[in-house]
Amino acid sequence: MDEARPLVELTGTTVRFGATVALDHVDFRMFPGEVHSLMGENGAGKSTLIKALTGALTPDAGTLILDGEARAFHGPHDAQEAGISTVYQEIDLLPNLSIAENILLGREPRRLGMIDGRAMRERARVILHDLGLDLDPAAPLGTHSLAVQQLVAIARAISRDLKVLVLDEPTSSLDLDEVAELFRVIRDLKERGVAILFVSHFLDQVYEICDRITVLRDGALVGEYLTTELLRIDLVQKMLGREASFFKARERVEEAIGSEVAFLSARDLSSGAGIVGANVDVAEGEVLGLAGLLGSGRTELARALTGVDRPDAGIIRIEGEAHALDTPRQALSLGVVYSSENRRSEGLVGDMSIAENIALALQAQRGALRPLSATKVRELATSWVEALDIRPADVDVPVRNLSGGNQQKVMLARLLAISPRFIVLDEPTRGIDVGAKVEIQNLVGEMADNGLSVVFISAELEEVLRVGDRVAILRDGHIVETVASADVDVDSLMALVARPDLPEA
Amino acid sequence: MTAMETAAPAKKGLGERVGTFTNRHASVLPTFAAIAILILLLVGAELYFGNFLTPRNMSALLLDNAYLMILAVGMTFVIVTAGIDLSVGSVMAFTGIFGASLLSSGVPAVITIPVMLVSGALIGLLIGVLVQHFNVQPFIASLAGLFLGRGLAFVVSLSSIRVEDPVVLWLQSTRIRIGDWYITPTGILALLAVAVGAVVMHKTRFGRTVYAVGGSEQSARLMGLKVPRTKVMVYVISGLCGGLAGLVLTAYSGAGYPRNGIGTELDVIAIVVIGGTLLTGGRGYVLGSMIGVFVYGTIKTIISFMGAEQSWTHIIVGLLLLLFIVVQRAIVARSERGS
Repeated sequence: MDEARPLVELTGTTVRFGATVALDHVDFRMFPGEVHSLMGENGAGKSTLIKALTGALTPDAGTLILDGEARAFHGPHDAQEAGISTVYQEIDLLPNLSIAENILLGREPRRLGMIDGRAMRERARVILHDLGLDLDPAAPLGTHSLAVQQLVAIARAISRDLKVLVLDEPTSSLDLDEVAELFRVIRDLKERGVAILFVSHFLDQVYEICDRITVLRDGALVGEYLTTELLRIDLVQKMLGREASFFKARERVEEAIGSEVAFLSARDLSSGAGIVGANVDVAEGEVLGLAGLLGSGRTELARALTGVDRPDAGIIRIEGEAHALDTPRQALSLGVVYSSENRRSEGLVGDMSIAENIALALQAQRGALRPLSATKVRELATSWVEALDIRPADVDVPVRNLSGGNQQKVMLARLLAISPRFIVLDEPTRGIDVGAKVEIQNLVGEMADNGLSVVFISAELEEVLRVGDRVAILRDGHIVETVASADVDVDSLMALVARPDLPEA
Repeated sequence: MTAMETAAPAKKGLGERVGTFTNRHASVLPTFAAIAILILLLVGAELYFGNFLTPRNMSALLLDNAYLMILAVGMTFVIVTAGIDLSVGSVMAFTGIFGASLLSSGVPAVITIPVMLVSGALIGLLIGVLVQHFNVQPFIASLAGLFLGRGLAFVVSLSSIRVEDPVVLWLQSTRIRIGDWYITPTGILALLAVAVGAVVMHKTRFGRTVYAVGGSEQSARLMGLKVPRTKVMVYVISGLCGGLAGLVLTAYSGAGYPRNGIGTELDVIAIVVIGGTLLTGGRGYVLGSMIGVFVYGTIKTIISFMGAEQSWTHIIVGLLLLLFIVVQRAIVARSERGS
């Protein structure tokens, strides 16, 4: 394959944001008909490289050769015209428009200067059919699931002469079936000679689908490898640039706990259709992992426990006393806090600085009449930035410029600043790289060691097992079993999570 | 996933077709609600007064509200991009008095009318450039436009200027009659504005980009659509409509007056919302805004039939607006839950 001419080749790509160098003379190439993965920690420059490739930003130096021709893109439009399309992690389509329009908008069929709706729907139907999808092209996109929306985004990409398809974290919100469907489409495109850049932090998926891996670290190129020749442990080492120091084992709370010693205990908790009759006990200093597939009620349970959603039924006792946790504010006053899985929309205020974001919850708790002084805010923020190793260590940087892992830490710092006693972390490690993931996992352990009760939610079973002292397994809105982590391994846990209820004969 | 994604499109029964329709066009529901309210108002008024649904009365409805309809068309473009244009009332006043003053100093109508339209569009361009290229909030940018327009109107004249020009007066005084019904050229202009607006919104790439920007500006940009140009253009269109409304209002009142249209921008926003356009952008119809104008006009006529204070118009429109915003929230919440 090496003898073939690369379809796209970036050489000496350099991107600076002010004083920081985001990409330093990086070379990157892709061959036709290959699936290529770009690996690296957060802040390694993956997204910057993708943006340079797709025209979302213009590099300060470097050349881009596409199909043997030097090109310079001034915006995503140029790149798309040249055959480089991107499907972003947060699906960038328009929920208010129809599927057909989402696929064809910008180059819709026209007759006498007017959009020809019928021809457009027909063309969309053909394109969707090509991908093995049978959707109503006239239906608004917003009524479909995320997975479908993603496939529509790919349909948009292939609807023109496509040479390079960039998939940025395409699987982070898909379940297993949907991932399989996506992979089928990827393999199909590969057959047609499209070069696919598959960026994901799921190593399993990278090894399953990719032919070649490029590793970046701190804005510089580490190397390009064939997937078959690179061991996973080597890959992780190359990404981290250090011996994988991994998870510090901590002593587990072994004994099973009854409701008399539980810090928080919920009985028959129901919330909408999402969670039905759940019983949850979490002791002081314990980490309870929640495992379940997407849609099993993980988030619904988390929200019901922390007063974000008012439960329809059930009792929550805190230290033996029944409390109504109907609003986040009531929950907060009892030391019960929730960290949302949607960092951007339900967590951080992107335009505010690290310091302001960290101080938010504490300030809210004190009330507007007792403002924290600016010095106090900075002191508080600086100490948390240090304690959690948030980078950059400049508390005045707007949070929006931080990588996912660091944003997550800022969110944790904000919640920890109000000294909570019970914290629910909903997918705190989603979309962040291995290194930051381990750090977050370690932090959770430390929090528990300090007497905090933690509920830890993750789609990755391995992680739930490693972090949780016990694991509650959710299926279709029910807690089907709660087991001690020591008693199960990933495989048996997976069996518990996936086991379908016995079909009625 | 819904059944529709898996089932092959077979022959559809009526129920299924209704299902498909509502699935595809959930965003039309607020406009249907506006139509229902309009019918309710008309029928109720007819039952109460007995002489409400007369051709004369209905024809006057269009005539009296032609300028509002034109403004509503422009405002719909702006609001669908999730913007707002507060300047339309004063742009209308400025172009009106400016035109009247040009005419009174002997400039012929063939020059005056294009000048009015262009000056409206220029103020719109200014707002659009502020919004797009200087990243000013639409509220603030168009507030600047409001003050600019009003100020310019007073610079032109502090008192009203009568219009004697036959061409401009012709726009108003000509009655094209069909039986007892009639329509004036101003009414035709208003309906034409609606028709052109609706076709542009639904049948052109520009129009669909307007919806795309309102749905998600970031996504529209990443999809390679021409977002900056579109965002500037909607304010230009709104300004142009302001200029046209200035012409129509001048013809209607036979004079330019610098205090015309104070607060009209808010009426227009209310009309557009009642017509089913979401203030958060991405959904709305020019035809809905036309229905909104008729609802507004009918309420006004009912109140003058009752001989009550015209302030009641504002109270009722305010209540309707509240009702509609609540209905829209419910619809949006429902469609979001569906995803």
